[in-house]
Amino acid sequence: MRTTEKIDGYDLSTSDTEEVHVLAVDDSLVDRKVIERLLRISSCKVTAVDSGRRALQYLGLDEEIQKKETNGFDGLKVDLIITDYCMPGMTGYELLKKVKESSAFREIPVVIMSSENVIARIDRCLEEGAEDFIVKPVKLSDVKRIIDYTTTELREGEQREGARARRRGINKRKQREGDDDLSSSPPSTLSSSASSSPSSSIQSAAAPLSPSTLDSPTRRLKMTSSE
Amino acid sequence: MELVQIQRRLVDYTKSLFMEGFLDAQFLQLQQLQDDSNPYFVFEVVSLFFEDSEKLLNELTIALDQPNVDFKKIDSHVHQLKGSSSSIGAQRVKNACIAFRNYCDVQNIEGCLTCLQQVKQECYLVKNKFETLFRLEQQIMASGGSVPTIELGF
Repeated sequence: MRTTEKIDGYDLSTSDTEEVHVLAVDDSLVDRKVIERLLRISSCKVTAVDSGRRALQYLGLDEEIQKKETNGFDGLKVDLIITDYCMPGMTGYELLKKVKESSAFREIPVVIMSSENVIARIDRCLEEGAEDFIVKPVKLSDVKRIIDYTTTELREGEQREGARARRRGINKRKQREGDDDLSSSPPSTLSSSASSSPSSSIQSAAAPLSPSTLDSPTRRLKMTSSE
Repeated sequence: MELVQIQRRLVDYTKSLFMEGFLDAQFLQLQQLQDDSNPYFVFEVVSLFFEDSEKLLNELTIALDQPNVDFKKIDSHVHQLKGSSSSIGAQRVKNACIAFRNYCDVQNIEGCLTCLQQVKQECYLVKNKFETLFRLEQQIMASGGSVPTIELGF
């Protein structure tokens, strides 16, 4: 099991335990049960809700419900949101937008699930800042992949922030010099949003062509577009 | 019957369900999620599916019986059924839903009615298959044995 790491004196654990806390959103009872189990078996804490509205309420973002505390819920920080796309009322896309528009929660990675493998839909979600897009039915390997890089991201947290700031400095200098050096920037970033990219340069250097990265439809898209 | 024989029977029966297209690989995914801490997981999910599908099939029957058929509503229900059947690996139900949605798209009532019958039939068939499957599993567990899992290489 993972142990809490201390780097440069900072405690990098995100909560009292090492577990990633996932907010799962799906209007289907069957799918909710399955995703909950998939996440638990991947060593996550899970909160499953049946609508985008409830997800926002849980986060404390629902405009109609007054936030009682600063975080608006029991105090358990959400590390990842995984949501179905097609839902009555608020779609997963609309939920994604609301999360990314919020200053408090925009850094939380949001993964979209959909039974429809439509490129336009995938693109739209990625452009809005979605971390990844899973085609349903969801498999254990899909969940493991996402939890793996979410865990990596969380653990590297501040360390990566520093590295990214340094990279931005390098990129700006190289752009000014007219040198488009792909190796200094994350190779698989499609969107130009400022939110955290799914693969840090450390991770992509370690396993750029592993089967798990090729399995994701988003990875395939990203790798194609960077050629 | 000896434990080994029941286990053998379960494996053969499960394989036949794959051969006949009743189940697809997603069912194996569900089985992977079952373990000693959650020994009834598959049974629980499948049960939820049949509760859900019964409601949806009733709604669909009512919706298709209306003087002005609301195809959007019907499509939404079939989409839901397609999704949940896909999540448990009930392949024939899922395929019947896909055909149903095609008739919905072109607003063909006769086609929809036929498809509704087909979806009902497929749900009924696979429900019986699952009941046999779970009965065999119960027999194995009652004898103190473990439920064998199958590999997809067959």
